[in-house]
This record gives sequence, C-alpha cells and structure tokens, in this order.
Amino acid sequence: MTSATSSGLSSAPAIETHELSKRFGRTTVLAGLSMRVELGEVFGFLGPNGAGKTTSVKLLLGLTAATSGSGLVLGAPIGDRETRRRIGYLPELFRYQSWLRAREVLRLHTELARLPANRRTAEVDAALETVGLADRANDPVGTFSKGMQQRLGLGAALLGAPDLVFLDEPTSALDPVGRTEVRQIIRAARDRGVTIFLNSHLLSEVELVCDRVAVVNRGRVVASGTLDELLGEQAVVLRVSQLSAEGRARLEAFGTLETDPADPERITIRPIDPARIPEVVAAIVHAGGLVHAVAQGRETLEERFLELLGAAADPEGSAAAHRVTDDGGRR
Amino acid sequence: MNSIILPLLVIVRLTILDAFRRRILWVLFILTVVVVGISGIGFERLVTLAREHGSSELVIQLGVSQMLIVVAFMFSFILAMTAAFIGAPAVAADIESGVLLAILARPIGRSTFLVGRWLGLALVAGSYALASGLLEILAMKLASGYAPPDPLGAAGAIALQAVLVLTLTVLFSTRLPSIAGGAITVVLFGMCWIAGVLGGLGTYLKADLLEQVAVASRFLFPTDGVWRAAIFALEPQVVIAVASDSGRTNAQLAANPFYASAGPSTAYLAWIAAWFVIVLGLAVLSFRRREL
Repeated sequence: MTSATSSGLSSAPAIETHELSKRFGRTTVLAGLSMRVELGEVFGFLGPNGAGKTTSVKLLLGLTAATSGSGLVLGAPIGDRETRRRIGYLPELFRYQSWLRAREVLRLHTELARLPANRRTAEVDAALETVGLADRANDPVGTFSKGMQQRLGLGAALLGAPDLVFLDEPTSALDPVGRTEVRQIIRAARDRGVTIFLNSHLLSEVELVCDRVAVVNRGRVVASGTLDELLGEQAVVLRVSQLSAEGRARLEAFGTLETDPADPERITIRPIDPARIPEVVAAIVHAGGLVHAVAQGRETLEERFLELLGAAADPEGSAAAHRVTDDGGRR
Repeated sequence: MNSIILPLLVIVRLTILDAFRRRILWVLFILTVVVVGISGIGFERLVTLAREHGSSELVIQLGVSQMLIVVAFMFSFILAMTAAFIGAPAVAADIESGVLLAILARPIGRSTFLVGRWLGLALVAGSYALASGLLEILAMKLASGYAPPDPLGAAGAIALQAVLVLTLTVLFSTRLPSIAGGAITVVLFGMCWIAGVLGGLGTYLKADLLEQVAVASRFLFPTDGVWRAAIFALEPQVVIAVASDSGRTNAQLAANPFYASAGPSTAYLAWIAAWFVIVLGLAVLSFRRREL
C-alpha cells in the first residue's frame, strides 16, 4: 500500500503498473515494476544510469512493448492511442529536425496531438513564452544549443494542457539558471493540476520539486514514498557537556534520544518538530548542561539513495531498503 | 478515420517540407536543368552534323530514338540512386536522432507514420522523376524534332522505377542504418538490371537458368521489368517493325538490353501493385516490431 493511497488521496491513479517487465534477448532491463502515481503529483523516478528509468517511461508511453505485466495510464491500458492525446513527453537526449523552426516544431506537435485548429497558434505562443524561446521562435532548431533544444522539448511536452507529462532527464543539458527555470515550470504545471513523472538521476532536482519519489535499481523499485518518508524524520544533533542523568532524562520528553557510546557528548533527538529546538536548548541549560553545537538535520537524499543502492546490491546485508518501501519495493 | 488520415497527412507534409528545406529538391532541380541543357545541346549538334553529312531524316530519327533510350537508362539509374538515398533515412534517421520517440508518443500509430513517410517520399521522388523525364524528352524534341511514341508512358515508367527503389529502401530503413539500406538497394537495382541483360542473353543462347534468374529478379524487384516498359514507350514503331522484319527471332532480339518489342502485360502490372502492398506491409510489420 503506498503512502499516498493510505493518506486518502484519489483512488484513480495517473499511473498504476503491476509487475511490468522488459527483456531484450537475455538481458533483463526491467525485472518487475509495480508502482502507483497519483493524479496531480510530481513523481520523481530516481535511479543510477542503466537502472531502467528510460525503458520504464517508454513502456508507460507504449513506445515499447512489455515482456510481461500490465498497467493503466490515466485509466486506460498502456499504449492506448486516444489517451496519448492527454499526455506530454520530453524524451532524453534527442535532436529535433534541424531544418524546422522552433515554432514549426511546436505546431507539428499541436497537429499530432490533434488540438483544435483554432487553439494551435495560442498554444504554440504560450509554450514558447513558458520555456523562454519566444524571441527565437522563427529560428531553425539546428542553430539551437542542447539546452535550448531541451527547453523546446519541454515546451512541446506541455502543449495543449496535458493531464500527464513524462520528463526524461529534462535538465541534463541546462545550466544552473536553466535548471531553476525548469523547476519553476514544473511547479507551475503541478499547480495547474498536471501530473508529472520526472525521470532523473539529479537528486537535488528531485528533492526540490517532487512530492513523491521511487528509487529504481536494476529494474526494480527498491523504495518509494514521500521525501519525508524516504529521508526519515526530522532530527536535532547536539553537542552537550556536563549534562546530568536527570537532565538527560528530561530531554526524552522531546523525542527518542540516541547517543553514541564512543562520543557521549553527541546527542541526537528524533523525531522532533524543528520549532521545539530552542526549548531543547533551554532545557539543557536549565539542567546545568553546556551546549556547544546544535544542528538540525536528517539524511540527505544522496545519502539515502546511496544507502538504498548499497542495500539493493546486498539485499541480505541491510534492512534499510525496506524501511520505507511500498508493496512494489518488496516484490 | 480522422485519427488515421489527419496524422498521415501531417507526416506526408512534414516529409515533403523536409525534402524542400534540406535543399535536396533544389539541388536536383539545378542538376537536372544542367543535364537536360547539356544533352539538348549535344543532340542538337549531332543532328545538325548528321544533316550536313546528308543523312536521311529517318536515319537521324532512328539514331536519336536509340540515343534517347541510352540517355533514359542513365537517367533512370541516377533517379534510382537518388530515390535510394532519399528513402534510406526515412525511418532510420529519425530513430538515430531520437525524434521518433517524441512523434510516436503522440496519438499516431507506427504504421501511419511509416506509410506517411513513404507516401511523402514517393510523391517527391515520383513527381521529380516524372517532371525531369518529360523535360528531357521535351529538350530532345526541341533539339532534334523527334518525339518518342509515348513520352508520358516512358517518364511514368522511370518514375515508377524510382518509387520501387524508394519503397525497398523504406523497408530496409526500418532495420538498417541509412547508408547500409541505401547501398544495398542500389546494389540490388544494379544486379536486377544485370540479371535482365543476362536473361536476354540466356534467351538468345537458350540457357534456361539465366532466363529463370531474369524472370525471378523481375518478380522479386520489378525495376528491370519496369525499365523494359520505359524502353517500349521510347521505341519508335519503325524500329520494332524493322527489327521484326530483319529475320531475327524474338530470342535474338531479346539479347539487346536497350530493345523491347512489347509493353508490360496487365498481369505484370498487377504484380507490381501487389509488390508494393507486400513490401510496404513487410515494412510496417518490421517497423512495428522494432525496439526504439
């Protein structure tokens, strides 16, 4: 059971898959993908290179056929042609026809998506504006940098107010400013109710925009959930000296205390509401303790990601991978 | 129905726009004008010289008609090469650039995309072949006063030959890189022509195997059969009459690769129509199973 479902969101998901697998000859690219993406959320699909992320997106779009398993996208079987009118897609690393102008590329996609003829020009103009290419609208795509092509692809994916958009590494060719802009575009789309499936290996990007994430490795989801669920609870780490046992006991009112026998001055309290950290400090001082350092924190996504990949590589060596897995992760 | 026809027309238009934007057609147009101009001047000089030497009009016209067939052969070869290189990247280039993923994620079937590409390219290659063939015949007429019996039939056959070549390259394009598909088709085209020539010799020498190879090649890849139709459309009746009266048997006449005494049968034309359906059908099947 996914966290989203358990928290009572809509029961009709944007994407739901059951044991989707893909083999090329003897090579298994996807070993059994089971997941659920709710309507209106930004879903991050994380994984190292070669984990099966792009293959998963191609399967969900019907661009490649699954070896086994099944799935629904926007309530229709995977690959349903009419449903694709409501889906946008930015593929990873591709080049548009160099001889087409930016405006013509978008126009082509409004036609292929069969948008009403009277809306096409407005849609193209809006998309060009959104991705910051309005001043290059009539330039041939062949003169565009990789980053500009990626922006154009993002514009094409967002044409015609789709219900679901797949973005495969949408910022891989962008500079930091471009990445920030793309994050804003993604957030704006979510605010309009668009479901976004973000394929990425850029952890910071995922951390900044996604509501939920799934970590995929070797063709399987090894963990999924909200960032809070994946990264664990908020904690505070303190360096304290001269704190009596009684004072220490009082701190347990704030959360579970963790101490390191090798470093008894280091105290971790979790879970804790960050707003209560000043109270913790006041309680220590009141009990006669000396506070040397206070740090609010939890694992970063990168730490958690590496931990999950390590656990996936050695499934019996660690229970960490199962700490926040859903059904898909355990299968 | 609109869900098939509209995307099909979008791809046809994209394909034609591609040919214009990439300047393929313009380059071909300029080259054609140059070739037609030079050959027209050449014919005009030859005819003038022949007349100065007192050759009869009949002899001049016979000479011109046979030279036109040789020029048409070279023309058809160039057109076939052009069709091969236009058709070879039809699908392969879009797979290589990755742009096909963006297109096929839209509500368009793979078969619609492939047929749209083929139709667009066939219109480009076919109309170019037809126009340039007729232009060459017109230049000949202006230079020498001679016109073949069926100019439209001849140009049409050469255009059909180009579309046959194009169709086979589109099939290869679903599986092979552009260069490989184009090269293989050109080689096959040349081999079928050679098979046709050897078949003629086989008929002359009563070598059954050679004849059978020629028949088989004309069915598997009907470019040589269509070339024979082009020759017949260019062959003046007087040549056919003279050849028939020369005492040579049909078998002896068949040994000449630039002579045809009859046009294609209805059955053969029906087979060509079926060939298009079969090869395009194979291309669709191949493309639908292709991993992108």
